[in-house]
Amino acid sequence: MLATAVIVLREVLEAALVVSIVLVATRGVVGRGAWISYGIVAGTLGALAVAAFADAISAAASGLGQEIFNATVLFIAVAMLGWHNVWMTRHGREMAANLKSVGTAVRVGDKPLYALSIVVTMAVLREGSELVLFLYGIASAGPGQTTELGLGFALGLAAGLMLAVGMYFGLLRVSAKHLFAVTGWLILLLAAGMAAQGAAYLVQADILPALGETIWDTSYVLPDDSVIGKLMHTLVGYTARPYGIQLGFYAVTLTVILALTKITQGSSRRIAA
Amino acid sequence: MSKPLRGLSLVWILGLALWIPSYGQELSYELTIKDHRFEPLELQVPAGKRFKLVVKNLDPTAEEFESHDLKLEKVIPGRSEGNLTVRPLKPGIYEFVGEFHQKTAKGRIVAK
Repeated sequence: MLATAVIVLREVLEAALVVSIVLVATRGVVGRGAWISYGIVAGTLGALAVAAFADAISAAASGLGQEIFNATVLFIAVAMLGWHNVWMTRHGREMAANLKSVGTAVRVGDKPLYALSIVVTMAVLREGSELVLFLYGIASAGPGQTTELGLGFALGLAAGLMLAVGMYFGLLRVSAKHLFAVTGWLILLLAAGMAAQGAAYLVQADILPALGETIWDTSYVLPDDSVIGKLMHTLVGYTARPYGIQLGFYAVTLTVILALTKITQGSSRRIAA
Repeated sequence: MSKPLRGLSLVWILGLALWIPSYGQELSYELTIKDHRFEPLELQVPAGKRFKLVVKNLDPTAEEFESHDLKLEKVIPGRSEGNLTVRPLKPGIYEFVGEFHQKTAKGRIVAK
């Protein structure tokens, strides 16, 4: 039961954390609940479809379909996270001002919510499809084990949601003044970590060179498959044994999003003046 | 064809040309999954040489071949097979598991 719970927790954790960060980042935006729910529903439907067509996806692109698919899903999420951050530099200041003065919802249009809704879809889709295949395997293993494994599933899911809820309320304790800066950094690191993971899939597919097999090895201190390892993996892109190119993708993503943010900041100041 | 499109096609063609010949003369090893167990449990491979690893899943349900040591993870749907490229290994022991049935699905690659 515990083994099942741990697997479910690992699969659920990333998507749950992404949703909680997105919820904090969109605090005060009208209609955010609906947008994020669309993302979760679309991601779940997508996960079911991906699981159902796992054969076809695996066989595509001479057997590299799965790697290319995973990398694509990750890179779409990276692009949407980056876009959100750039957009926020334009509108974040007025939103922060409004939140501070009245604490009521502000209507800011739905542009960034499209982006974050897609981010949620991608996160749920990728981890969810593996979870669906895993659970399908359990369900067809026979009635004898179903109850025990079902409990394991419930336990893992509950633990994942609790961690995400804890993170959400933890972040809400950050004062409104700093909240946009904090969520901006969280989203930036999330994006960089996802880009690095996408690169790893493309190395596995032999499409990208590794540029250094193992830059460091911290698998004895913090293994990738531990819950804390997975947590750090989601939040800051931690990998116990990264390829050189993963560090490259990480650095480039950070730099590009930060540079675009600065450029946008500059131009919006000029408009304001 | 527009300029950027032409450039992009060129990149793809070059990429493919560089990529295809890397197959062919490769070493190849096979792992079978049956009743959520790997067969063989241990694969002996030469160190320093890349090779192809074919994972055949004879079970009706999917398995995720996963190895943090080898930095590989791939879902192998039920009754199908998946190909993985293992990059040149230093001598040593590399463990792998079937993530969906970790209790039984365990094995290792020994590079010498």
